[in-house]
Amino acid sequence: MKSKVKDEILYDHNHDGIDRRGFLKCMAWAGTGALCVMSGGVLKSYSLSRLPEMSAKEALGELSFVQISDSHMGFNKPANPDVAGTLKAAVEKINALAAAPEFMLHTGDISHLSKPEEFDTVDQILKSAKPKDVFYVPGEHDVLNDDGKQFLERYGKGSKGAGWHSFDKKGAHFIGLVNVMNLKAGGLGTLGHEQLEWLEDDVKHLKHSTPIVVFAHIPLWSVYPEWGWGTEDSAQALGYLKKFSSVTVLNGHIHQTLQKVEGNVTFHTAASTAFPQPEPGKAPSPGPMKVPAEQLKSVLGITDVNYVQGQQALAVVDSTLA
Amino acid sequence: MRRSVSIAVLTVTLVIGIGTITIGQNSLLASAQQKPETTEVKIDNFSFGPETLTIPVGTTVTWTNRDDIPHTVVSTDGVFKSKVLDTDEKFSFTFSKAGTFPYFCSIHPKMTGKVVVQ
Repeated sequence: MKSKVKDEILYDHNHDGIDRRGFLKCMAWAGTGALCVMSGGVLKSYSLSRLPEMSAKEALGELSFVQISDSHMGFNKPANPDVAGTLKAAVEKINALAAAPEFMLHTGDISHLSKPEEFDTVDQILKSAKPKDVFYVPGEHDVLNDDGKQFLERYGKGSKGAGWHSFDKKGAHFIGLVNVMNLKAGGLGTLGHEQLEWLEDDVKHLKHSTPIVVFAHIPLWSVYPEWGWGTEDSAQALGYLKKFSSVTVLNGHIHQTLQKVEGNVTFHTAASTAFPQPEPGKAPSPGPMKVPAEQLKSVLGITDVNYVQGQQALAVVDSTLA
Repeated sequence: MRRSVSIAVLTVTLVIGIGTITIGQNSLLASAQQKPETTEVKIDNFSFGPETLTIPVGTTVTWTNRDDIPHTVVSTDGVFKSKVLDTDEKFSFTFSKAGTFPYFCSIHPKMTGKVVVQ
């Protein structure tokens, strides 16, 4: 079904650089593919159908990377009996992208049960991806039974604490946060005091104009606390990022694409490469959602992110595996 | 009924002894006689059922994960802690002291329950 509304949105009623209608429209496109560009403080969004008309500079940034999430290797229930197959399809999708991504982010739940062979399988499949560098943060499924020891041994080289770390790419500052450890009864995801202190220190000396990309497994915004889809102390973390003019937060965990813009921060959740989960509150529980086999790839996907230097622009594009 | 005859001879010790293999039968016994109460907690749709379980001292409780997603059973006060339970896997714990024992799933901490031992 094609949307009849205009593809480009430039309203800014509250003079805060946020276009509420734009936000809604990005939400509506979730799962079907949308490109949202922050440019000059105004959110512009385009449907993927317009991409061919856009100039290369608009559509493709100087820095391109891909986010994949929630591979759940080892899962074998009816919602997807072949999670290795769909991860391979995700890699094929990545290898077919017009702008070759420089690296990948994996936002956790690499494995389903933290078994060594599950991590091995993912590592093997990702070897065939064109981008060779992969930066990981753990999901709760990656730190079962051993408090994340295995995750750290495999993916935590040079990281602090339970695996948090930061790095710079072409003037943008990337921060991987861990919010799946030491979860408390009745609570949400947690960053914890030690990590928050590290974060405050990590960004202290950066220029306000430095584009910031934060990635973590559980959403750093309150998507649906009733299902645990949020992080207890995310407000404190975001407080340290207030001074920056462009902050992009990339999460996984909820196995569906959602986007929200709040002030200087764009929040985005990626689809899973393994199985979909229901929309918040639309099912008795957030368990795996079974869709007809022929529809499965249309609810799985990857997220492609482009950053245009000097334009404070981060374009986030979700593509399904269909 | 034959079942009520078998209930009459069941002691608490026996209930502990037969452990997890006859949990289904225990539930039937419990509803018929009210002592001991149900010793099974089912994990369905990201919740523990029943959420609050009241049992006599010495009862063994068995949790069964019936979801497509792994869960854990972890005492908030560190009294008991299961390994990760994949689909249809079970965890049992024998409550030898009276008290209230809150617990949760450490993977999905919104999932909480408690065992009241009298």
